[in-house]
Amino acid sequence: MTLWEVDIYPASGHVDRLAASIVADAEDLQIATHLEIATAHGFLVQADFDADHIKLLADQLLVDNVVERAVVAQAGEAILAETPSAIYDRLIYVMPKPGVMDPVAQSTQAAIADFGKPAEAVRTFRKYWIGGLDDAQTQRLVTKLLANDSVEQVIYGPMDLERLSFGKSQPFELKTVNIRSLDDDQLQLLSKEGQLYLTLVEMQTIQKYFQQLDRDPTDIELETVAQTWSEHCSHKTLAGKIAYKDEKQELHFDNMLKETIFAATQQIRKSLGDDDWCVSVFKDNAGIVTFNDEYNICFKVETHNHPSALEPYGGANTGIGGVIRDPMGTGMGAKPICNTDVFCFAPPETDPGSLPQGVLHPRRVMKGVVSGVRDYGNRMGIPTVNGAVYFDERYLGNPLVYCGNVGLIPVDMSFKEVKPNDLIVAVGGRTGRDGIHGATFSSAELTSESESLSGGAVQIGNAITEKMVLDVLLEARDRNLYNAVTDCGAGGFSSAVGEMGEELGAEVWLEKAPLKYEGLTYTEIWISEAQERMVLAVPEEKWPELQALFASEGSEAVVLGKFVPTGNLTLTYNGNTVGELDMRFLHDGRPPIVRDAVFTPPATQPLTLNGEDGKSLGDDLRKILSSLNVASKEWIIRQYDHEVQGGSVIKPLVGVQNDGPSDAAVVRPVLNSRKGIVLSCGMNPHFGDFDPYDMAASAIDEALRNCIAVGADPSKIAILDNFCWGYTDRPETLGTLVRAALACRDLAVALGTPFISGKDSLNNEFSYFDEHGDKKTIAIPSTLLISAMGQVDDVSTCVTMDLKQSGNRLYLVGLTKDEMGGSHWSVVNDKLGGQVPQVDTDLAKTVFGGIHAAIQAKTVRACHDLSEGGLAVAVAEMAFAGGIGAEISLDNIPHQLESPSVVQLLYSESNTRFVCEVPEESAAAFEAALAGAPFAHIGHVAEHKELVVKQGETKLLDEPIELLKQAWQAPLNW
Amino acid sequence: MAQPKALLIRSPGTNCDQETAYAFEQSGATADRVHLNRLLEKPELLHDYQILALSGGFSYGDDISAGRIVGSLLRHHLMDAVKKFHEDGKLILGICNGFQILIKTGLLLADDEQGLPSSTLAWNDCHMFQDRWVNLKTSGNKCVFLQGINQMYLPVAHAEGRFVARDEKTLNALEAAGQLCLTYAANREGEDEVTFPDNPNGAQRHVAGVCDETGRIFGLMPHPERYIDRTHHPRWTRGEGTDPGEGLKVFQNAVAFFG
Repeated sequence: MTLWEVDIYPASGHVDRLAASIVADAEDLQIATHLEIATAHGFLVQADFDADHIKLLADQLLVDNVVERAVVAQAGEAILAETPSAIYDRLIYVMPKPGVMDPVAQSTQAAIADFGKPAEAVRTFRKYWIGGLDDAQTQRLVTKLLANDSVEQVIYGPMDLERLSFGKSQPFELKTVNIRSLDDDQLQLLSKEGQLYLTLVEMQTIQKYFQQLDRDPTDIELETVAQTWSEHCSHKTLAGKIAYKDEKQELHFDNMLKETIFAATQQIRKSLGDDDWCVSVFKDNAGIVTFNDEYNICFKVETHNHPSALEPYGGANTGIGGVIRDPMGTGMGAKPICNTDVFCFAPPETDPGSLPQGVLHPRRVMKGVVSGVRDYGNRMGIPTVNGAVYFDERYLGNPLVYCGNVGLIPVDMSFKEVKPNDLIVAVGGRTGRDGIHGATFSSAELTSESESLSGGAVQIGNAITEKMVLDVLLEARDRNLYNAVTDCGAGGFSSAVGEMGEELGAEVWLEKAPLKYEGLTYTEIWISEAQERMVLAVPEEKWPELQALFASEGSEAVVLGKFVPTGNLTLTYNGNTVGELDMRFLHDGRPPIVRDAVFTPPATQPLTLNGEDGKSLGDDLRKILSSLNVASKEWIIRQYDHEVQGGSVIKPLVGVQNDGPSDAAVVRPVLNSRKGIVLSCGMNPHFGDFDPYDMAASAIDEALRNCIAVGADPSKIAILDNFCWGYTDRPETLGTLVRAALACRDLAVALGTPFISGKDSLNNEFSYFDEHGDKKTIAIPSTLLISAMGQVDDVSTCVTMDLKQSGNRLYLVGLTKDEMGGSHWSVVNDKLGGQVPQVDTDLAKTVFGGIHAAIQAKTVRACHDLSEGGLAVAVAEMAFAGGIGAEISLDNIPHQLESPSVVQLLYSESNTRFVCEVPEESAAAFEAALAGAPFAHIGHVAEHKELVVKQGETKLLDEPIELLKQAWQAPLNW
Repeated sequence: MAQPKALLIRSPGTNCDQETAYAFEQSGATADRVHLNRLLEKPELLHDYQILALSGGFSYGDDISAGRIVGSLLRHHLMDAVKKFHEDGKLILGICNGFQILIKTGLLLADDEQGLPSSTLAWNDCHMFQDRWVNLKTSGNKCVFLQGINQMYLPVAHAEGRFVARDEKTLNALEAAGQLCLTYAANREGEDEVTFPDNPNGAQRHVAGVCDETGRIFGLMPHPERYIDRTHHPRWTRGEGTDPGEGLKVFQNAVAFFG
């Protein structure tokens, strides 16, 4: 066997783009200002090839001769260590660690075989030639930019590998864990060191169970219980007993989520009676609602925060990959039709010198996350149509990555049922050591040591494997070849089989799982979170056809066991029983814990305006427009294919130059139908610092506003909740969460807007020791994402937010209140205090209904909701998106202000408000549609290209829209 | 003649096949989406069809480079069948990833004297995937798919779309032969200087699509199947756009060729 190395450089005259981007990043991160660097990428090929054959492969397969040049030799040969220029004095290789997913290597190995001779192994690498740095700088460059230690290995100097290593098969050894005789301290130690992350009471419960059985558990049994009981899989905190107390009330919940958010949905469904449009809520992998006679649609949003903190690319990559499998695993399987993603980062301008140990710089996190989502979503052929990005310093140790997916499912395929003696069939990717302990790890607090402790929890995805599964899965569904399907997410087979077999029982033959490499123990096979795997329940007589179908497109399917009516989970490995657990203990045996939750409203503090405030309205406006939360996200949006599948109706960027911020996206999922799905979101972590109730209410209002502004019917909008919170064992932190859930309940019922699914991610705190050795903890701001999915019967009724025509009227709809608390005006002016925006649900119902009626009556040419930055930002965005000016007056704005100031009128962020552009001839019809709602004619679309704001005859503000647009576009134009 | 039949090859990672099939159907063809494995098992399947189409996507994940692996499979196993198909006067269309595949097979642009491709589609100059709408103009009347089209407005969505020829001589020869038939333009008039993002990837001579010497094989980076409905147009709410969208004509031309 020879290990060949193929180095691929840009051909002479072609730019080394990777090098250029590293130089720029190194400067941004203050690693090096005079970096000299050249890059190559390449392949290590272990095979019985002679030099001619590897050169042929280089020429015809591996290298693009028009723009690249290659160096081909046996690994270790001198020619491979010849520097391309004397300015470089260091050579560094970076490659995936053995066992880490390397999709390109997999494809390459298959393609090489097609040339007639197979290779034994292939691995990819990147190669860097560096000059001008000392050892310490080099080390910094490598750790901060070139490699990620959790998934990659670094070789300094010439390649010293002689062989690509494989796993070795291990002799079978059944491991038991002595738990019966442990004392409490030892139980806690076992929980921590075994990465089980269970509480003492839970460990004691397990101990008691096995004491009763008169035996110790095997390792696989203990792991199975830990995963099933993990926060990630069981949501034990929010679905648990909680004693809540705030300034007005004391509440006792047996199951907090069930009694708030689920209960609201049940109440709405009941009141809708025969018109109930919810199909399946809070029980499957995604919530399902009706769409048309032929199809239902389903929606799920997940988070992948902890993995993304350690390895942003891989974490986000598998985050979107995982959530796409949710609709695929909903009912009998849905076709994924669009993605949404929302990210929270610390500001990219964070001083690199100030980073705590173990934290990646937010700029690197952001770039990694964006490209991780991009590469998976684009490769799956699913348009990413909606999203948002929020910045706050407190996301430094815990960036948040929310990924969502909508699926289209035939009406009669919306439910599933495992039948006794169905085969357990695993399809898709192979099982490796990747992602071990992901479920338990994601339920734990991050520390500066998480990177080394839980590196195995990080996974890299292979979108094409998942796409191949999708292609055959839907065909198998339509041929009725299985009875049930679910995805392998956190907890791997353990969780998927455990859930599917909960009612019946299951027997699993672990040696049957196809492995990426030898050497996995039976426990590793069972709990691996390797990506792109799904589990089907297949009637025995359908198995040959299903197997043939998967094989016909090169997708793997194997029988892993059987669902048997024993009520037990039985795990065997080559005939040896390695685990036997009662399903009831597994799913219902977790000890109930009553958690305390307390909320004390922060002391209110008025936001006082002084004589200077409002003197520089133009500066304020430009500052808000260029604040990161408001600024254009075009750099991200353009990297996502938002038009694949051919159903794009309203894109994320709209307006005369296709670059204005759309309120929501609209897609037509069925190409020969005019019916559309509207996708939007709402979130405002700033408001949570004031009152989480108002934050949640505002997020719901915002998500609905966005949906309704483009034309969605407010009586049929489904919403999702995603709670990302700090350490909820602290009663004060749990108190804020319960308070937000109460708002979700109240708003959902009042607006007739049901939650259909949700998810939570808790313990998002980062602990480290500062330079004095003191322990510091950064908790994220309480962050509730509300995602909304609306519908439009005929997409031709949709409107966008960009101004269309000079002379048209501008209306403000809704009430402006003294709600400057948490506003962007207060943020950019360093003002504290004030009243945070609240939602008046009666008013909201009237306004939403009125706006929809006006849009349906085709009286509205443009519509935009008021959110961050209030009226001023909304009109500015409408103007520069339309490439045309606007003139408004503050004289007759409908308000509830005691003594209205221009700051309040322009920058208050009161909820449930819209600006509408209405042609003169439609004004009467528009006003009639809005009867009952507060509104006023506040100005018109101008002939010129300025944004002009007047009070009486006084011009308060007069800004060229081009400059406003520049302010909005510049900050994130990377 | 009877309704022409289009065969769309699906391979692992192909993903624009359904909407491309729909565009063919809207133009009066029938369209079958067939997995590459079926064609590898039975190349003569091709004979039942008049149009062979390779749609967009990420075949084999763009691993090694976009279109490389399917291009290599076609070269190794289907060259005779596809050449025969072409010699029979039939049509071949590659959109986006399909173009990337075609250019790596030597079918679209002949290999040079060393048997290596004369041109390629390299990484975008901006080194990022880009989804944006572009103005396009046509030149010459060689390409069957572009008959009667002077300009189009279509979206691109790719990371590796920068057309690069081996050398100036190759470029000149292709241009002289009328094979550089579709180029990026600054606006509908197509007169102003073309810069990024009008040319979204930095392609030489702003090339967005090329055809073979016969005009019956055509590859392009933009997605005509993504503009066949007025509501596909990014500014349809401003009253812009046509019904059907401008991209449909590409498919209608293919159907009309057999009419």
